[in-house]
Amino acid sequence: MDLYEHQARQLFADHGIAVPDAEVVDHPSAAHAAAERLGGRVVVKAQVKVGGRGKAGGVKAAADPGAAVITARQILGMDIKGHRVRSVMLAQPVAIEEEFYVGYVLDRTAGTFLAIASAEGGMDIEEVAATRPDAVARIPVDPAEGVTAAEAARIAEAASLPPETAPVLQALWQVLTEEDALLVEVNPLVRTTDGRILALDGKVTLDDNAAFRQSRWGADTTDPHGDPLEAAAAAKGLNYVKLDGEVGIIGNGAGLVMSTLDVVAGCGARPANFLDIGGGASARVMADGLTVILSDPSVRSVFVNVFGGITACDAVADGIVQALDSVHLTKPLVVRLDGNNAARGRAILDDRAHPMVQQVTTMDGAADRAARLALGGH
Amino acid sequence: MAIFLSKESKVLVQGMTGAEGMKHTRRMLAAGTQIVGGVNPRKAGRTVDLDDRTVPVFGSVRDGMDATGADVSVVFVPPPFARAAVVEAADAGIGLAVVITEGIPVHDAVAFHAHARARGTRILGPNCPGVISPGQSNAGIIPADIATKPGRIGLVSKSGTLTYQLMHELRETGFSTAVGIGGDPVIGTTHIDCLTAFENDPDTELIVLIGEIGGDAEERAAAHIARHITKPVVGYIAGFTAPEGKTMGHAGAIVSGSSGTAAAKKEALEAAGVAVGATPTETARLAEARLHG
Repeated sequence: MDLYEHQARQLFADHGIAVPDAEVVDHPSAAHAAAERLGGRVVVKAQVKVGGRGKAGGVKAAADPGAAVITARQILGMDIKGHRVRSVMLAQPVAIEEEFYVGYVLDRTAGTFLAIASAEGGMDIEEVAATRPDAVARIPVDPAEGVTAAEAARIAEAASLPPETAPVLQALWQVLTEEDALLVEVNPLVRTTDGRILALDGKVTLDDNAAFRQSRWGADTTDPHGDPLEAAAAAKGLNYVKLDGEVGIIGNGAGLVMSTLDVVAGCGARPANFLDIGGGASARVMADGLTVILSDPSVRSVFVNVFGGITACDAVADGIVQALDSVHLTKPLVVRLDGNNAARGRAILDDRAHPMVQQVTTMDGAADRAARLALGGH
Repeated sequence: MAIFLSKESKVLVQGMTGAEGMKHTRRMLAAGTQIVGGVNPRKAGRTVDLDDRTVPVFGSVRDGMDATGADVSVVFVPPPFARAAVVEAADAGIGLAVVITEGIPVHDAVAFHAHARARGTRILGPNCPGVISPGQSNAGIIPADIATKPGRIGLVSKSGTLTYQLMHELRETGFSTAVGIGGDPVIGTTHIDCLTAFENDPDTELIVLIGEIGGDAEERAAAHIARHITKPVVGYIAGFTAPEGKTMGHAGAIVSGSSGTAAAKKEALEAAGVAVGATPTETARLAEARLHG
């Protein structure tokens, strides 16, 4: 789960990293009082979980509380790369002397976290790393040792950062480990003209797997502003991702479902969604999945692709039959059952003989049928 | 021969007394696996009857190894306790820990991998279906009856269901070993580890490599194949239609920026001489053609 800037800022502050004073508002009318409390002059920053908001006009200075209201009104409701701005953060402006980059990222290949630090902050760090690799220090952190004061000093030195940034590197490691983050970055970390070290902007990605021990994350784990179909699916506990096509997809197992999308695309149609019903594939899950997919107006056919590994296909077929009793099937359903008890599963669907349900025994053949149905052929 | 797991392997099950552990221990026994015990500190000294077999429960991995000579552990322990379970297995000196548990926090995986590496324990997973050498042994949750015939294909995959699909398609040809390495961001055994093991395994004549979007494991595997693998390799990559920045079920299956795309992986594999199938079925046909051609 990615955090908003203001949430990341709060985590930094909780772990002793200095941040500019700031307030978050979701309506222009609240900006006046907030700007007054912050001293009048503020920077108004769109809160969206996407990079490049500055270039998109999502970050602007306001000279006084009146200007803050006008600026907040301009930015609230903006669309930045498909993300609607629902709130803005008003922050005290800072006189910057120097800008740095510090962060920790997961190195999947090494199976460990890397400290990334650079004296060239404020820019896209991937661009700096690509054009001037020597300007970015990448130092693996031993998970058993963590980032001690000595290690933090070593990282700062390797990146040619001033020694007073070392405590930030140490505190940021605490954010990473204690908050179960997969990514933390401060960009820019600045030295102000009066010598303070401040985290001006930052990014934090939390590990959803750790939700069981991070109680204060609360119910914020799903993005309430996402796609309505995704929200409906999430409410039913379904692993669903909305896509732009016309063939609805239901399958078991993330790898097989991704593969199903590709095979449908290879047949010339576009998948309308990703939906992994997992190992169990109960009637309830099948009915919930079908309900969500059928409520997508762009869907013109549905492809159920199940390989019975642990799950038996007759149980899956029972689930489909029960789902057909509770869901009004308005679009053709192509079912491919293979693997464990496939013959019995197919017989169950044959017996049900629903006019909108067709069975095809191979994955490639079924994908082609579903694609043709969606594109208007036969 | 086969890799990682053979009929000689003596297997402990950590978390055997839980519902999933019990169900899959039964299945492993039915597939011929030498299950020598379960581990549960609260039930040490008891036995569990599974169909016609009686399996002892040990208080620790160490006790189980001392009593039975176990060299493999299969871990079904729930996420909050999985880290301690794997660390315990590594401290006891187990050779292979197959971590089935799904949903382990990444920081825990990072910690137990570092720990296991320092002690010479191989970890498979986490969030993986395990490893099966048909006709010999099955450690994990791969349904053994998909492909019961020993054969000459070695298979390595991130995805469980794609493993099952390909095993089903190639069941008549048969497998030396099939390994599900798991789709998490941090995993213990990689495509490259399996490629190397299959290259050195006299029973394996051809390798099927299944990958998916996210990370650069397939690109690295391609570079490894070009340099070190002499046996033919057939590949399949899932996720060509996955949009950037969206997670598709597997925590590791996310594309960020231009890296980790299916197209980049396919291109890298093809440049290394790997025949890459457009669908799982076509991949199976390519493998058969290479093997018999």
